[in-house]
Amino acid sequence: MLKIARRHVDTIISHARADHPDEACGVIIGAAGSDQPTRLVQMINAERSPTFFRFDPQEQLRLYNEMDANDEEIVVVYHSHTMTEAYPSRTDIELAAEPQAHYLLVSTAGSGNQDGPVELRSYRILDGVVTEEEIEITE
Amino acid sequence: MSVEVRIPTILRTFTGGAKAVHGDGATLLDVIDDIEVRHPGLKERLVEEQALRRFVNVYVNDEDVRFAGGLDAPTADGDVVVVLPAVAGG
Repeated sequence: MLKIARRHVDTIISHARADHPDEACGVIIGAAGSDQPTRLVQMINAERSPTFFRFDPQEQLRLYNEMDANDEEIVVVYHSHTMTEAYPSRTDIELAAEPQAHYLLVSTAGSGNQDGPVELRSYRILDGVVTEEEIEITE
Repeated sequence: MSVEVRIPTILRTFTGGAKAVHGDGATLLDVIDDIEVRHPGLKERLVEEQALRRFVNVYVNDEDVRFAGGLDAPTADGDVVVVLPAVAGG
């Protein structure tokens, strides 16, 4: 199960809408081993693509050095799909490399940049296996 | 002293859980080859057809090796190499 704060959900959806039609991406960091997402960091999609995302390598290093210094880890990796459903693509599955993370997908295929319904779903991806999980939004 | 190589979680199965290993070599490739001797299987996760794998980021002293010669990037005693799998998808 993913427990996530309402304010983080709102930020993620805003981010996805703002970047549509490009995929948006980011992380929520938490204390190492805690599985508690506390600090959201929007990341640059270095690919700037409607079908692909990649963290800018220099930004990613900065993030990891910070996390290392603060004994934190990535708890949530989020990204948006702009034309398809909020389900991990084959590429998402192949490239998932954070075994402890919840992979949160948001789809802006329905409403694009506008207010309107978005699809938000969360998954664990381990060794090529996708398991969907419930999302509990805490106020 | 030698070169410290920091290993991401997903590759620690090759290092018996160690977060960092040490190797010797004048280039990144030499260091990887040296580490491979003690941790077989690690090289294949980093290198494909004699080049750094596309979705693996490697930094020597915080510099992305893609801008420093890739696998030919020079390494020296005391250097810190960080390996980070790309966070990417489609």
